[in-house]
Amino acid sequence: MVPRKALDGVKVADFSWSLVGPISTKVLSDYGAQVVKIEGRGKPDISRITGSFKDGITGLDRAGRFIPYNTGKLSVALNLAHPKGIVVAKRFVAWADVVVETFAGGVIDRMGLGYEELRKIKPNIIMLSSSTMGQDGPHRDLPTFGAQLVALAGLTHITGWPDRPPANLEVYTDFIAPHFNVLAILAALDYRRRTGRGQYLDLAQYENAVHFMAPLLLDRVVNERVAGRMGNYYPSASPHGAYRCRGEDRWCVIAVFTDTEWQSFCKVIGNPAWTRESEFATFLARKEKEKELDELVEQWTIKYSPEEVMSMMQEVGVPAGVVETVEDLLERDPQLKHRHFHRELEHPEVGKYRAPEPSFVLSKSPPEVRRAPLLGEHNEYALKQILSMSDEEIAELVIEGVIE
Amino acid sequence: MTQQKISDMLSPYRVLDLADEEGLLCGKLLGDLGADVIKIERPGGDSARNVGPFYHDEVHPEKSLFWFALNTSKRGITLNIEKTDGKEIFKRLVKSADFVIESFPPGHMDKLGLGYSALEKINPRIIVVSITPFGQTGPYRDYRAPDIVAWATGGRMYPVGDADRPPVRISHYSQAYLHAGAEAAAGALVALHYRETTGEGQHVDVSVQACVAQLLWATSDWDMIHMMPRRGSLRMSDNPAAARLLTMWPCKDGYIVWLPWGGPQGRMYWPPLVKWMDEEGMATDFLKEFDWGTLSHQTVTGELADAIVEPTAKFFMAHTRAELLKGAVKHKAMLCPVATTSDILESPQLAARGFWTAVEHPELGTTITYPGAFAHSSATPPRIRCRAPLIGEHNAEVYEELGFSKQEILILKQANVI
Repeated sequence: MVPRKALDGVKVADFSWSLVGPISTKVLSDYGAQVVKIEGRGKPDISRITGSFKDGITGLDRAGRFIPYNTGKLSVALNLAHPKGIVVAKRFVAWADVVVETFAGGVIDRMGLGYEELRKIKPNIIMLSSSTMGQDGPHRDLPTFGAQLVALAGLTHITGWPDRPPANLEVYTDFIAPHFNVLAILAALDYRRRTGRGQYLDLAQYENAVHFMAPLLLDRVVNERVAGRMGNYYPSASPHGAYRCRGEDRWCVIAVFTDTEWQSFCKVIGNPAWTRESEFATFLARKEKEKELDELVEQWTIKYSPEEVMSMMQEVGVPAGVVETVEDLLERDPQLKHRHFHRELEHPEVGKYRAPEPSFVLSKSPPEVRRAPLLGEHNEYALKQILSMSDEEIAELVIEGVIE
Repeated sequence: MTQQKISDMLSPYRVLDLADEEGLLCGKLLGDLGADVIKIERPGGDSARNVGPFYHDEVHPEKSLFWFALNTSKRGITLNIEKTDGKEIFKRLVKSADFVIESFPPGHMDKLGLGYSALEKINPRIIVVSITPFGQTGPYRDYRAPDIVAWATGGRMYPVGDADRPPVRISHYSQAYLHAGAEAAAGALVALHYRETTGEGQHVDVSVQACVAQLLWATSDWDMIHMMPRRGSLRMSDNPAAARLLTMWPCKDGYIVWLPWGGPQGRMYWPPLVKWMDEEGMATDFLKEFDWGTLSHQTVTGELADAIVEPTAKFFMAHTRAELLKGAVKHKAMLCPVATTSDILESPQLAARGFWTAVEHPELGTTITYPGAFAHSSATPPRIRCRAPLIGEHNAEVYEELGFSKQEILILKQANVI
């Protein structure tokens, strides 16, 4: 018997694009929600036009930043710049339980699809807006993407070496916001199930990211200390760092917290004399000589592959790991293979590609990751089956350039 | 706390939070959304109370700012679930609970007779969310993963840092565990939806490594063009002539993020900055006249790069982070300071949004400002309901509700069951 999908029956009208929105609705789709993604051919999801393309050949249906994050969604190519496009969009709202959008604050209102408008169509609609700064406030219109936001939210400053400029975290905040979007949507759905009431959810990706800084914000508030960056050191562990291994730019990490772990660690590396010297025998002593300690550890790790180090250490209870490249993640990691984390999918334009599975797996209703849609692939299906339009209606919309 | 509330998104639900550092955020988020979250710690307090920073740097289990931040909106009890009496009490709690969140090693709860298969017999509606480093099964099942191991094996470490130094993690407490906690909460609510149509709970398996592996868009670059990011990526290209066209620039009191785009993005993003520079008399004729669409980082010459970099770097160095943010807002320039925690606390945007919440800590005789609601809502916003619990703070309340007398509670305390 096919297990029932966890979010069977949940209907999402998804106006979002780029990463934050699509990642948020991806997990809903993977768990069985029906997500209709509304894109315009003239103004498609920006991730269809940026980032890598299959074999370097550009194309709206060849984009590496689009296909992993839009698994299982239906694509309707709708021209929202056309007034009739807004009319059709509103019909999807009437069908939907949830509407998701991630335009800059205020934009969706100007498009005529703000919450007050949508409530007229469907009083109990759940609408979620996830903009970078929120729907109001003096910095609402500050242009930002993830690369800027990660710095503004304080995460860049605390990454890297104390004697160097901060390190580049790319668009890390684009992967924080979706957590909060998903929670808000699921909680709001349950609230509506119990009370019949929908709501408007206004989330700011900046605020979401700042939540991941909370303990350091409290530190600044009560201790007036401004957190800096400390490389790979950690207050309660030593050794704790990344160590060069055999091979080209290959690294492992080792983290020793307790006396037991230290003893096991020493045993694995052959109990060299230096581990018994007073400079390294105790935790406090090691903390005072971390640079020297790291050099000594690396003299050992350099002889082995990171996989060997991880295996030898973990087998005796010492935390250690391979610093995995994307190739390691996709091709070599046995644990991710076991979990089927990278689901292999077949795509009409791109051929075989891999999309991530959700990181949480439900025992009775596991996820099902299905390929991403071609642009406008489900025009006919969505307009006919979901909106009950006739062939004539659809043809007219195509002629008028509303459906693309 | 015992009467039914309908006013918040998750009001009817009770969460038994057994998680340690790996999963604390889960219960906090569910609690901020209105659930009745009971943090269950072993007698003496959870080990996460030893994670700093600390209030006034006083290392004490009731003064961990890390603990404070991740345990808002929870009540707290102590219970030793390894003991026979403790197991029985836990099972009684499960009878009337909706969620169990735990982060013990795989198999540990089963060994105690408290695994999902045991708990579903007590309460078929129970949803058990298990957070582990690598998942419940598999070759790495029994491996340990403090943050640096999760971050490394999840692939989020390799491309970060300088080319001449090791890969580097995000400093301080674990980011990986925050993602795991958030994903655990999402998993709990997906399972809740399933339950409301089937009447059955289920077991949710959260892998910290998988949570980290999701934080990368680079995996698709590998599939598409067999390319992977490398450290030292403050640069926009490998062209040596473009070495100074970086994504991060020094300013008077720190750094700012400014991506010196070419192509269509260059045409969009440079003009507002150049206009601003011009207003302050710092834009060269070159900058004002240059067609940014013609800039290609792959082919730019050193001379051209210098003509772009010299005045721009000078402009940034003449201003503080605060000035540059203000100007970016005014001129709609896509420029952001590399903010410190001080900058964040001073943000006019966060203040205007009502983001900060004053949380009372009567035990410290003070009030502390916390990041508050993670969402605005027209109906039922999430919010901090109370500060993190003290060790066993709600023992009397919770155990009396279960039907224990004060005398029995005393006996259990003395036997180290609670």
